Amino acid sequence: MQGNIREKVGVLFVSLMCAIMLSPAWALASEVVTMDQIPAAGDPGWWKWPVILLFVTFVMGIIAVLGGVGGGVLFVPIIGGFFPFHLDFVRGAGLLVALCGALAAGPGLLKANLASLRLAMPVALIASTMAIVGAMVGLALPTHIVQLALGGTILGIVAIMLTAKKSTVPHVPQADALSTALRITGVFYEPTTKEEINWKVHRTIPGLLTFIIIGFMAGMFGLGAGWANVPVLNLMMGAPLKISVATSKFLLSITDTSAAWIYFNKGCVIPMMVVPSLIGIMLGSFVGVRLLKVAKPTFIRWMVIAILLFAGLKAVQKGLSTMGVSLF
Amino acid sequence: MSQHTTQATEEQVLYAAILEKGMYAGLALMVITFALYVLGVMPSVVPVDEISIYWSQPVHDYLVAINTNFLHWETLPTGWSWLKLLRYGDFLNFLPIAILSGITIVCYLVITPGLFARKDKAMAIMALAEAVILTLAASGLLSVGAH
Repeated sequence: MQGNIREKVGVLFVSLMCAIMLSPAWALASEVVTMDQIPAAGDPGWWKWPVILLFVTFVMGIIAVLGGVGGGVLFVPIIGGFFPFHLDFVRGAGLLVALCGALAAGPGLLKANLASLRLAMPVALIASTMAIVGAMVGLALPTHIVQLALGGTILGIVAIMLTAKKSTVPHVPQADALSTALRITGVFYEPTTKEEINWKVHRTIPGLLTFIIIGFMAGMFGLGAGWANVPVLNLMMGAPLKISVATSKFLLSITDTSAAWIYFNKGCVIPMMVVPSLIGIMLGSFVGVRLLKVAKPTFIRWMVIAILLFAGLKAVQKGLSTMGVSLF
Repeated sequence: MSQHTTQATEEQVLYAAILEKGMYAGLALMVITFALYVLGVMPSVVPVDEISIYWSQPVHDYLVAINTNFLHWETLPTGWSWLKLLRYGDFLNFLPIAILSGITIVCYLVITPGLFARKDKAMAIMALAEAVILTLAASGLLSVGAH
């Protein structure tokens, strides 16, 4: 009975938050402020945006955990689409949001031997190098082009979320020569089946080459890249799902670090928006983990897809409107 | 049966321990420096009630504006120039962000000697290369075009 009520409250809460985020009022927020920007003197209501940001990122942290996505992939399109901050600062903050999430989870995952340092190191070397290139390209391109490409990427992520399959323990008949030479292998204990699972990977070279693109996109859009890391590690390279998810999360602490430095050195960090975002998303993540027990994953996953679809279309619309093209 | 094999490797545990310390230090410092800034305990370069004037502009325009209106430097405040501004609350917040962004470099540098000692040359070279790449990104030497 009590569990049933908690479940209803949990679902109601997440639904309400999603409804607020999808509300046309949010869609108009950026335009309203843009029209009213550059006041002559100090703004006595300066504290409103950081407080709203704290609240929205708190909700985002909950939804990210429940929906099984990283904070960065929700942060950039939503904050970039519906808040008054310029996309340069949003991408810088997005990388730091993804970075802090990865830093918070990384040590525990490494100690539990779920994240594999040996699997992450070659992948990280390629992804972090390309994230630097992506960040430099993203900062050099006109904003409307980045906005448009971001919208396309978010819609692509929606397509991946709708179609990608997962394999708990993929069948890897034989490790390839490169992964054997680098000793990318391991054992983990699966408590549900009470088994020790030996794992190895294959298709290492194609997998590493894919991280050229993933790293570039992570740096260019400030998205984090868990949405792409997991399918490549799991489905292409054959790492078990748990190892893939954990290694992907840890990997972000390296990939996003390299891109974050580029944004940081360029001046794309405003503490008044970065710190409330980090605090909000981390507190939300703590609450999300608690709600995970009562929420319905399928329902929430569909809501995440709906939010991303809306945010992706909004990014495309913003990019096109700057070019004088009206989408709606 | 194979209890030992499910344990994380020595360098993995070392990496995790350093990452954890850096993460906690960075986050704790971030809360403190932000409180000092937002509560007005320390002065800030851009007054808190004026920052919303600037955050909707592209980064280059933002830097030009705050330099023109507040700093009056000969060059824009990019790269590591924030170190000269640590007495201001807003730029003091850059310190924990730099710690959080830089801790991974320390992790890689610390595990590299152990990897070489165990003759794990490929991983050792990769760890060293990663540290170099991240240091290069952190150095500010990689310039970016403005839009």
